This record gives sequence, C-alpha cells and structure tokens, in this order.
Amino acid sequence: MTDEPGGLIHPELRSERNESPVGPAGQRLQHAEGTSQPLRSKIRERQPRGAEVNGRRPIDHEAAAARFIAAPEHEKMHDERLWDLRSKRDAQMHAIPEWEELRELASQIKQHTLAHLDEYLEQFEAAAKANGVHVHWATDGAAHNRIVHGILRDHGAKRLIKSKSMLTEECGLRDYMAATGIEVVETDLGERIQQLDDEPPSHVVVPAVHKLRRDVAEVFSRTLGSDPDTDEVPYLAERQREATRPLILSADAGMTGGNFAVAETGSFVVCTNEGNADLSANVPALHIASIGIEKLIPRVEHLGVFIRLLSRSALGSPITQYTSHFRRPREGGEMHVVLVDNGRSARLGMAEFWTSLKCIRCGACMNTCPVFRRSGGLSYGATYAGPIGLILDPTFDKRKYSTLPFASTLNGSCSNVCPVKINIHEQIFAWRRVLAEEHEIPLVKRQMMQAAGAVLSRPALYRAAISTADSALRFLPRFAVYNRWNAWGAGREMPPAPKETFHTWYARTHPAADKGSGDGSA
Amino acid sequence: MDPRDAILAAVRRNRPVGEHPLPPVPHFAVSEAGERAACFARSLELMGGKVLEPDPAADLLTAYLRGSGLAPPEIVCSAVPEIAGNRDLATVAHPRDLADVDVAVVRAACGVAETGSVLLTEAQLQVNAVAYLAQHLLVLLDPADIVASIHDAYDRPEFHQARYAVFHTGPSATADIEGVLVHGAQGVRSLTVVLLPRQPSSVPA
Repeated sequence: MTDEPGGLIHPELRSERNESPVGPAGQRLQHAEGTSQPLRSKIRERQPRGAEVNGRRPIDHEAAAARFIAAPEHEKMHDERLWDLRSKRDAQMHAIPEWEELRELASQIKQHTLAHLDEYLEQFEAAAKANGVHVHWATDGAAHNRIVHGILRDHGAKRLIKSKSMLTEECGLRDYMAATGIEVVETDLGERIQQLDDEPPSHVVVPAVHKLRRDVAEVFSRTLGSDPDTDEVPYLAERQREATRPLILSADAGMTGGNFAVAETGSFVVCTNEGNADLSANVPALHIASIGIEKLIPRVEHLGVFIRLLSRSALGSPITQYTSHFRRPREGGEMHVVLVDNGRSARLGMAEFWTSLKCIRCGACMNTCPVFRRSGGLSYGATYAGPIGLILDPTFDKRKYSTLPFASTLNGSCSNVCPVKINIHEQIFAWRRVLAEEHEIPLVKRQMMQAAGAVLSRPALYRAAISTADSALRFLPRFAVYNRWNAWGAGREMPPAPKETFHTWYARTHPAADKGSGDGSA
Repeated sequence: MDPRDAILAAVRRNRPVGEHPLPPVPHFAVSEAGERAACFARSLELMGGKVLEPDPAADLLTAYLRGSGLAPPEIVCSAVPEIAGNRDLATVAHPRDLADVDVAVVRAACGVAETGSVLLTEAQLQVNAVAYLAQHLLVLLDPADIVASIHDAYDRPEFHQARYAVFHTGPSATADIEGVLVHGAQGVRSLTVVLLPRQPSSVPA
C-alpha cells in the first residue's frame, strides 16, 4: 500500500512538525486513535457533505462517494488515517500469539449467547434489579426515546450529558429530545464536533474522521467562538474542553451506551478514551444507559477476551484509556438500563444474517475497506456505514438501503479483520441476492447481476470471462476504464492485469493435477 | 403485550438453530519479558502515562511535582494516608464541588502489566468523579498488586462486589482531529503512577 520507508500512502500529508505528546524516552506517542506518523492537511478545501436522505428513497451512495472523491485533501487524509489504524491493528495482532484463538473464542461466546439470549437477558435483568438498577425494555427506537424522556421528565432534568452511543444514533434520540426542551450535550470530542455541525457521526469509533482541522476550526469558531484562523489541534481540543466543562458540571442527568452487558453480575461496561462516559455517569446523580439486547455476554471472565480484542482491533491501541464497569448506582445515585430491541430479535431469526449480531462495533471492517476509506462514512446515508453497515442497514429498511450492499469489492478483508469472525463479505453478497429476489434493486444492477449469475454458475464460462476481462483491462483505452460513469475509477489506477489467470497458470504448471478435474472441482 | 414479554417471545421464536456451546476460556500466559513491574511501566508509558520511582529521601508530593514539571497545585485532594491534601473528600456534597481540584491522589486496587492499567473502584476513589474532574491524577500502586494480564485482572473480586470499577490506562486522550493526539480531552491531563508498597497499617482494599 505504501510507497516509501516512512509508510505513508499519501506522503504529501506528512507534517514536518510533531504536534503529539512524547513519552519519557522522547518517543512520539501514538496510543488511542493517534496516528503513527505526524500528519497535517495543507490545502484548504470545502468539506464534502454526505448522501442526501429523502424518506425511504434509496440512498445514492455513488453520488455522495463521487463528491467525497472530488475533495482530494479530505479523501487522502481519510484514507491515510484509516489505513494507519488498520496498520496499527496489525502490529497489535502480531504481538499476541493467541490472537486467532481469541477471535474464535469471541465468536463462539457471542454465538452461544445469541442462541440463548432469552435466558441471558432474564439473568441480566434479575441481577441488575437485585443491584438496585431500574431495567426498562424498548421494542423499538421510538419506545426507547419515550422511556428516556419519561425518566428525565420525572426527575425534572433540563440538561443531559452523554457519551457516544451508536444505539442512540440509531434511535434518533437527539432529534427526538430537541422537541422536548431538554438539552442534550455530547461529550466525546468527535461526536461533539458532529453535533455542533448538525451532522451524524461518519464512523462508529472516530465520528469526525472525515473532517479536516480547518473544518473543525470553522465549526468551533461558529459555535464556540474560537479563533477562526487558528487550526492548531491542541488549541481546538482545549476550546472544546473549556466550553463543555460547565455543561458537565451543571447537568441533571448523564447517559452512556454499553459495550458489553454481563448477565452473571447485571453489570455493563463502557470503553472510552476521553473518560467522558465516566464524567457523564459520575457527575450527575442520575445515570441512564442504553444497551442493545445483543450486547449480552454470560460472565465476567469473558470480558477478558473481548477487552483484549476491542481496542486493538479498533485503533491498534492495547486498550482504551478507560474501561468502566457499572454494577450498582453510587451512594445517593440512581441508575437506569434501557434494553433495546429495535429489529434485533427479528434479525436473530434470519438464518443467513443473524451472526451480524455478534458485532462489537470496533470499526475494523471500515478501516480496512477500500470503498469506505475512499468514500467517507456519510456517503452511506445510514447510522452504520462501511462493511458492517452494508449488512445491518437493510435489516432496518430494505428499500432505503437497497443500494448499499453494492458498495463493496467483496475482497473479504472485512471478514479477515473482524474480531468476532462475522463473515461480512459473504453476507454482503447474500444481501445482493435477497434484494434482487425482492426486486429492491434498480433495473440496471439487476441486469448486471443476471448476466453475472449466468456466468458465475458455469465455471468454464466464468474463467473465459475473467481472462477476457483481464485482457480487456490491459488493452482498453484509459477513457473506457476511467470515465465519469465509474465513480471508483476516478483518481484511482487499476492494478496491472495479470498476464494469465491463476487457473491457466495452474493448468500450465500442474498438467497432471488438473487431469480429471471437471468444472467446479478445481 | 408488555414490551419485555414481546422481546423475550420474539427472541425465543427466532432462536438460531444449532448447539453453539459456550467454550471454556483457557488461561493465557501473557509474555512479560522480564520483571512484572518493569513490564507494567513499559506498557503504561506507551499509553501516555508516567511512572515515578519513589525517592525515599524526598517528600512524595514534592518528588511528584518535580518529576512531572507541574506548578505547585493550589488544591490537592488525597484519598491516601501517604499524602495530606487540602480538600477532604469526606466533606464533598456534590461531585461538581471537585471541579477546582488540581491534583487528585488515590491508591489502585491493582495494576495490569499487559496494558499498564490501574484498577480503581469507589473504595479507592471515595468520590468517583475526582478521578476525572481533577486536572492531574497521581496513583500509588504496590508492585505486589500487579497482575500479568487482563484475564488475570478479571479474576479479582472487585468485578463482583464494587458498584463501580474502572481501568485507567494513561490520561484522558483524544485524537479525533486529524489523528493528532491530545492529552486531557475531558478528564485528567496526566496520569502518574508511583510504585510504592502499601503502608503496613493500611488494609488492602
């Protein structure tokens, strides 16, 4: 991927000056979501906006992706930072001999829990209640929002501080609360940037990764009164800290999500780098946690497996700065857990797709995905972007998200990095088939799929087609590959086509082995 | 139908086919490459934390301030007998009253060599928010309380007994803007661990 010893895909983004803190031996620190090389955007460029969302109309991912690609400074920084997270993840993986064993354990623990979810939910509820925690059940996002509002109203709460939660994004909590007169303040820096800019998060772990420092300086000067001409990152972060601190101190209630809920103890775990979940939960007397029913795990000992995988997969950092376990309300405090279904129990019954419920929201599949890195998370027009989004979003709305399973090269990298071994790329392909069968995909794509289906079902024809396509790539004039109808070709060089396919090479070099192998068995 | 019953009924109806047994979690011996305390220190420093060797000749707080280059603090909040602070945690009416604390001092229940984490609960913190509202956090850790791995840490009783238990691994951090790392995103700006055995009189938490 990289073309120089320093390891950057886009060397022009290298910063001559290191802005990050250094360790005791003078080494540049790169924990949390810090980059392993000093980067800096240099060219002023308008931030491209994401996909237009119009009711249930299918999302035009391709058009939004084209807008992102047309902003090269944004696209390069996005690509560079996410590939860096992927590279840091690989380094962590190689340092742990039992990595593959941990992935297999995580996968089996999750599958076991999902297959016995009713029992574990009941166990969790009983333990939590015994701990003095109020447990609520929400069948969908609207019910979740009503429950949260009810708790806040009963306490006369006027301001809610919260840490990042993809579930509350999914439920549309902030939009709902806007009509109630209760102020909601996001306390994760990236999520706060997105809230102040009235944009959803573009990534499950790094919500503002699609923005450059100039974009943040603009948002903060407009909303926090910071100096519009100063785009030094420590300055911007400090302005946000100063502006948010009084809101935290005067909040009436705090809200967190939950990365894991432990049935055995009725406790739940929240992982952050900023300590903002701990502020949200420990400063106001009232703590509400929204937790998807798929977050259950049986016992405390299983946390060891997941905590060791989560941040390493997400950021290539050994652990998040804070790993917080909430079991009982503190003295004089009150704790509520809202267990949310919102389509999860229905997904459990989908034979081809239920294992997507194993997801622990690390974002590794997004970081490794060439389509995500080049199109930006907001181009998906959905709460969940990237490979995991392609298989979750259609379960919410098959029509609106019918185009998303096509935003993939099916290269399988997502499945390879997934810490809970979800077969993401196979589920993406399976969704294409389901959507085609249910006529939720546009005519052009259907015809392409029918042609592809005819070819793929006959291996000899497939091999002929592949060898023709590769030849065509070698000899077609550039304008045929890079034209304005192909958003992916824009700004991208196709890899050189191989001179012969694997199959023809194998047949040529292993004549005996090939003998007798009929179509489809080679 | 009651939402609880509706969700549980749907979950039962849609139960995936197959056995899906719960696998046993084996004991993973994490490589520590040398002494455990040294391994802990290496791990913590990679996560932005600092490790201070205790100097028997100097006062602990003085040594800490000198080692970390901090200006003399106005308000020190101590939950340990080794350091006398000037803000008594027992008299704090509301967590927000700790917003002006410069340095908070606590003792960790245990440390984790694999990651450089320290474990804190309400027993050590007295007021949980002090570990986030203070500008800087100083943590005392007995080297004898360091376990090898995160797996070993989860064998501790705190996860079954404490109301609140948290691993701190370095200071509050963010790199949400262009991947530039900043310490002190919302919580403490620095975290320093002093490897100091518990006083014989102090009862382990």
